[in-house]
Amino acid sequence: MTVDWIGVADVVAAICMLLGAFLAFAAGIGIVRFPDLLARMHAATKPQVLGLILMLVGVGLRVHVWSVVGMLVLVVVFQLLTAPVGAHMVGRAGFRTGKVVHEDLVVDDLTADQEAALAEEDAAEAAEEDEGREPSSDAPR
Amino acid sequence: MTVVFVITIALLTVAAGCAIYRAERGPSMLDRTVALDVFTTTIVGAIALEAAYSRRATTIPILVVMSMVAFVGSVTVARFAAAEREEEGLIELPPPVDDRTEEAER
Repeated sequence: MTVDWIGVADVVAAICMLLGAFLAFAAGIGIVRFPDLLARMHAATKPQVLGLILMLVGVGLRVHVWSVVGMLVLVVVFQLLTAPVGAHMVGRAGFRTGKVVHEDLVVDDLTADQEAALAEEDAAEAAEEDEGREPSSDAPR
Repeated sequence: MTVVFVITIALLTVAAGCAIYRAERGPSMLDRTVALDVFTTTIVGAIALEAAYSRRATTIPILVVMSMVAFVGSVTVARFAAAEREEEGLIELPPPVDDRTEEAER
């Protein structure tokens, strides 16, 4: 009995492509329907890693060339390196420009830290003014 | 096999359409950035689909380039948005979201 390995690979590739496309579809629906920036970021990360990996596995199983597998691994590595950085930058920018609804957050350490830092800075400036000096321009912010 | 590819193309098309809709509606520039990230990922998926359908490897290097360019774009826009004040008008907020952000700032 011989197994048609190319046929098996094609079926597995088809399942992988379908799952990856479904994750992209879910991200599209989520990004339209979710209410605020952080929820939309959550939806947007679905196809960025798992969906992409599934679709690229599908490509690797359809195209039987080893050099292609190398490039696909490179794409996944780039995506794993860059997606967290981009998400971090977008989330931080959203936090700083007031796009984050603080009442919706379960854990909110950054606001407490920011308030503590601001209070410390104000206290330092007040102390400098009490001593009758100009507040130094290179005070840590 | 063709049926699978048709379904996959349909799913990716809907995803791209939703991403473009969100990129048009906003409301903030960061929402648009996230939406364009999803759009780029969908394009990467479509190119991968083309490669898988035709069993050709000629379009694979485009995927490498796309995965790098998307990152640069979103980081740049995030920096730009961080340096910008809301009332300077590039980001136009509709009333309900505006109320919520004002509440958050208090």
